[in-house]
Amino acid sequence: MDLQEYFSLVFSDYTLRTITLGTAVLGAVTGMLGSFAVLRKQSLLGDAISHAALPGIAIAFLITGAKDSNTLLLGALISGLIGTFWIRGIITKTHLKPDTALGLILSLFFGFGMLLLTFIQKQPNANQAGLDKYLFGQAATLVESDVWLMAIITGICLMVLLLFWKEFKILLFDADYTKTLGFNTKFIDILITTFIVLAIVLGLQTVGVVLMSAMLLAPAAAARQWTNSLSTMVFLAALFGAFSGVFGTAISASQNNLSTGPVIVLVAGVFVVFSFIFSPSRGLLFKQIRFIKNRRDLELHKTLAFMYDIAETHENISHPHAIKILNNFQGFTKGTLQKLVKKDYVKLNGNMWSLTEEGFKTAANLYNQQSNE
Amino acid sequence: MNSAQIEIQLIASLVAIACTIPGTFLVLRKMAMISDAISHSILPGIVVGFFITQDLNSPVLILLAALTGIITVVLVEYIQKTGLVKEDTAIGLVFPALFSIGVIMIAKNANDVHLDVDAVLLGELAFAPFDRLLISGVDVGPKSLWIIGSILAITITLLIAFFKELKVSTFDAGLAASLGFSPAVIHYGLMSVSSVTTVGAFDAVGAILVVALMIAPAATAYLLTTNLKKMLALAITFGVFSAISGYWFAHWLDASIAGSITTMLGLLFLMVYLFAPSKGVIAVLYREKQQRTEVSLLTFLLHLKNHKEKEERHVNHLNEHINWQKVRSKTVLELALKNNMISIENSVVSLTEKGNDFTSQAIDYIITNEDTQIEHMKDDFFLFRG
Repeated sequence: MDLQEYFSLVFSDYTLRTITLGTAVLGAVTGMLGSFAVLRKQSLLGDAISHAALPGIAIAFLITGAKDSNTLLLGALISGLIGTFWIRGIITKTHLKPDTALGLILSLFFGFGMLLLTFIQKQPNANQAGLDKYLFGQAATLVESDVWLMAIITGICLMVLLLFWKEFKILLFDADYTKTLGFNTKFIDILITTFIVLAIVLGLQTVGVVLMSAMLLAPAAAARQWTNSLSTMVFLAALFGAFSGVFGTAISASQNNLSTGPVIVLVAGVFVVFSFIFSPSRGLLFKQIRFIKNRRDLELHKTLAFMYDIAETHENISHPHAIKILNNFQGFTKGTLQKLVKKDYVKLNGNMWSLTEEGFKTAANLYNQQSNE
Repeated sequence: MNSAQIEIQLIASLVAIACTIPGTFLVLRKMAMISDAISHSILPGIVVGFFITQDLNSPVLILLAALTGIITVVLVEYIQKTGLVKEDTAIGLVFPALFSIGVIMIAKNANDVHLDVDAVLLGELAFAPFDRLLISGVDVGPKSLWIIGSILAITITLLIAFFKELKVSTFDAGLAASLGFSPAVIHYGLMSVSSVTTVGAFDAVGAILVVALMIAPAATAYLLTTNLKKMLALAITFGVFSAISGYWFAHWLDASIAGSITTMLGLLFLMVYLFAPSKGVIAVLYREKQQRTEVSLLTFLLHLKNHKEKEERHVNHLNEHINWQKVRSKTVLELALKNNMISIENSVVSLTEKGNDFTSQAIDYIITNEDTQIEHMKDDFFLFRG
């Protein structure tokens, strides 16, 4: 199936429609909440939580013995929350650093989860197969009820975001001020963290434990490059996330042997790289262009100032001089000379140059003007 | 115990030691998450290496994969340097992308590659003894034992040779640089050792256990000591203990050895986290509670010193005046009485001479903030120790 066929089928084929919708909704909600994680400098929390959710899935299965995705996700949510709050406990109560706490919880919970999964595999229970889809995710296993669940949670999340928008925003940028204003910062903090955990848990079935953190980060990191406003960033991140979901699903459906999760992550990665390079205000490309332009301006100014110094020693400021004497001076290039001519600061006559009246004035005021600004 | 079991435990212990040594420095240098990133992003390196060598245990593959680890570090640092995102976001972006490339490469070549992503993440220690190294037809032991053994030997040699440099640059990077140890060389040296160890160990124990073995023993030891040599020794002990006990736990449960070793590490950390003598949670909570009481005591004594009037010093009045709950005022009163700082006559509290002296000293300390004045009080009070 090629891409064209995919897009013609996406509206008619049940499976394709469900998966596409599911990944799009997932991308939107993770992008939205991911913005907060990135801005709160908790980017790697997502990675830790998604790994920490694994034992919850296994324990939920051991207790209920059923593979109902809702109960498994509930288990994942509880174990993810325990992991999150343990990380906080380690950071606040001991002198271990945040990165150590994250790495600890991540690897210990995941290892414990794998122990339980391998233990389950040895159990004489025909129902156990398929639990390992949570490792790398399998978008193909999404059914309509899963998509509904995602949509409902996204809706709740959106409502809470709008309701507590002011609180979230102020806590994000000035936590101390929020406290002095009398907001219950602990509650707001727990609320936003819980929703981040919820979003991660929702994605486990589709993208999997290992790659879930990228779903949270990549759209937000890409969106951050285009704007300095929180609301625009959240909106853009949701958009990027949704598009990564759709394109990722489309590409993986159009080829054999391509799991959806990694492809979605790579598409999101392309968004990030594109934003890093082409964002107008922060992007590397425009930054480099601005850098070169500034350097040229500086060279131009240097040449003009140099000419001014020479011209100053003569009665007639337009007295012609040889271009050769400029060569001693590094800032001089043919390009800057041409530019000076274009601006009518300098006149060229064969191998000789001379300052014009205007050029002399500009040069005289070159540094005065800048210091006045 | 048969010979295969001994070999498994030997491999697990060697992996534990090999991981713990660079892990200790990673934890101290606040770079623990880098080990997680490396352990994931070596996947594409392993796949490419496997295409070239067709042998999971070849040294070329280990070097290629370790190179991917270094590339990860360089990429993370490059992205961070652009200032577009913070360091943790940079880590979080780079390793899933590289890992995804690895997963896709495996999936696209599923027929040619006898590689399984599950195996990369988990490893299978139980099979390690079956892959023997034959030198001119003589069986000299499992291949992974030799690989991890040589990596460990290199690590220990480097550790002994550069211990001083590592120590200085870990605790005072500025001093190390001014003494002439290049921070970049030490940094990338440590990163290279971590990458090589990760790759060498992943085949036996999987990527996740490598991370666990790097971070958990070091973090556990860090809660117990602040001496680098002791920390290394403790971490290695914890690592080896978890490796061996984890093996028997897995044997009993008939489950993954890697997962079981991690679980042992987790239990060990939980125990130390709760019960460590001075840095454990229980000790910290107890200290915080004591400090709260002592702050109250100090407030109370200051109040007594400031008020000579009888009605201000009445026990009940104190309750109402300073706005404490009954239990709290009772604890404070008892503590003060026990230390002979106050005397109570007809429910009127007055400062004793000792209490008076103590209060004056405390005020002096609060005003001048000079540590020498309270040196002798530190033994009796938590408050002044922190």
